Amino acid sequence: MTLTPFVRHTGKCAALARANVDTDQIIPKQFLKRVERTGFGPALFHDWRFRPDGSENPEFELNQPEAAGATILIAGANFGCGSSREHAVWALAEYGFRAILAPSFADIFYANCCQNGVAPVRLSGDGINELLRRCRAGRGAYTLTIDLEVQQVADAAGFMRTFAMEPYRREMLLRGLDEIGRTLLEEPRIAEFERGRV
Amino acid sequence: MVHRFAEGPALLYVDLHLVHEVTSPQAFEGLRQAGRRVRRPELTVATVDHNVPTGDRSLPLDDPIAAKQLDALASNSRAFGVELFDLASPQQGIVHVIGPELGLTQPGMVVVCGDSHTSTHGAFGAFALGIGTSEVEHVLATQCLVLSKPPTMEARFTGRLSPGVTAKDLILALIGRIGTAGASGHVLEYTGEAIRALSMEERMTVCNMSIEAGARAGMIAPDETTFAYLEGRPRAPGSHNWGRVVAAWRQLPSDPGAQYDRRVDLDASAVGPQVTWGTSPGMVTDITGYVPSPSDFPTADEQQAVERALAYMALAPGTPLAGLPIERVFVGSCTNARIEDLRAAAQVARGRKVAAGVRAMVVPGSQRVKAQGEREGLDRIFREAGFEWRNAGCSLCLGMNADVLRRGERCASTSNRNFEGRQGAGGRTHLMSPAMAAAAAVAGRLVDVREWEVGIA
Repeated sequence: MTLTPFVRHTGKCAALARANVDTDQIIPKQFLKRVERTGFGPALFHDWRFRPDGSENPEFELNQPEAAGATILIAGANFGCGSSREHAVWALAEYGFRAILAPSFADIFYANCCQNGVAPVRLSGDGINELLRRCRAGRGAYTLTIDLEVQQVADAAGFMRTFAMEPYRREMLLRGLDEIGRTLLEEPRIAEFERGRV
Repeated sequence: MVHRFAEGPALLYVDLHLVHEVTSPQAFEGLRQAGRRVRRPELTVATVDHNVPTGDRSLPLDDPIAAKQLDALASNSRAFGVELFDLASPQQGIVHVIGPELGLTQPGMVVVCGDSHTSTHGAFGAFALGIGTSEVEHVLATQCLVLSKPPTMEARFTGRLSPGVTAKDLILALIGRIGTAGASGHVLEYTGEAIRALSMEERMTVCNMSIEAGARAGMIAPDETTFAYLEGRPRAPGSHNWGRVVAAWRQLPSDPGAQYDRRVDLDASAVGPQVTWGTSPGMVTDITGYVPSPSDFPTADEQQAVERALAYMALAPGTPLAGLPIERVFVGSCTNARIEDLRAAAQVARGRKVAAGVRAMVVPGSQRVKAQGEREGLDRIFREAGFEWRNAGCSLCLGMNADVLRRGERCASTSNRNFEGRQGAGGRTHLMSPAMAAAAAVAGRLVDVREWEVGIA
């Protein structure tokens, strides 16, 4: 699978100021029956976005006019907890998000992001709170630039924070690497290991 | 470990890869598009569990989209040479139930599966991780997983469990203490007297919910209980090898006095039956407790989360949990659908009746568990009490099949997640042990099973 590399992205932000957003909310189970990697975007946050009668819930954060066209999601701690379903990342990506900013992520979700060219960016709780404030104040016009090369998040009004990411994951995102192809370069080592295995 | 990359992470060799219908079709499709094969089909085992019907299994299935996913797994298994336990197989069941019961899961193994509850297999002293679909494809193609060494955390349970209190209560109490991100990034090792005293099935219940504490994996050191459980299982090492293999397994436990990056202590004897009141497994308290108020929590974030949870659960602060009326009961899931779980629930249900207006279902974790239950007459006990006795699958734990809660229904459930909508859009889940769920079915409301005469051990 070839991925779009993530080097530097400038985009509009949307705020979802909730902690522990689980993957059951990101993509509810009734949409997991597809055998493709596509088609999940319309169901992103389905039970929050839509009312029981199918109409849009105007109170949900992403349904606010200010959130239209956002490519960066700013969220609370432990984002993506629960189920391992990669469908959650496929749904976020298809909806248009290229990066998620949060104080912390669930481990499997974090890895799934990196496998799909979506940048999971960890900032301190203070940093996220400041971004949430600026995003709200911007009323739909708040944009951020995420530069993975220098591991920095910045806006046009003086906000600037650096973030950490494992070098291996960062490299994958920067180069849009196919992890399988990369591992298969080590095939001789795998074969050798197998010979020594009971 | 096969190799360590210059950038840090290791290439880990996977000894057992379990596959199911929901998180694998895109992975097999990826292999096909790249012209790759499954590197070690004999280390890969597939079953159907997430979306299978637990009632009538005659084909064609009522749900054509689910059928397509099952067909995809069948054709992928055939095309890539992977063993499949399908709907017709007597070995079919929840992936985390069949791995252990067939003896596939063994101490010291690296076990992966495209499912977060893979942590279950850590009960055997295996390193067991849930992975995403891209990683499933990676393991299929390379038999390896790329992983950085996670930090460690010890959860030490001192004392012994009181009567009526179970492994489920232990793990819920731990999550209540440390929170759903309390072990984030860590491998959680469960130690202490209370853990040593648990059966293998109880240990699986504990390790199963490691992910609900945010842990990368959960683990219990193998001991005589582990070896006795595995001996003679269909896929466990044979008798000619047994002594040698067990000798190797005995070398696996952490050294006495091993240093962990973090540690938490919990007095098992002080834990009572646990019931969740909110929309995350960490929102839990003793059955003798009350629904908390948002103002009981220190941070604005927590207060907001509790407020949302109480609104969703339709609960007012200060409401006693005991006495809360329920409409549905689910005994099942990879957490609590093994034979000991069904026995515990049956012991409560024996000679009693499910309360009027309550729909209660028992969904065995595997067809083998179901058959065992039937040999022991548990099916009769449940049926006579008014429980439905169904076929194996994930069922109402995540509601991918027809087993779902209706909007507003309140359910006493032995599963692992009480997230909003988890068991059905608008459904309200209270997590608890099998005995507590069975007692709730009979009473029609949440009750303290310790007050019941069930001859609990």
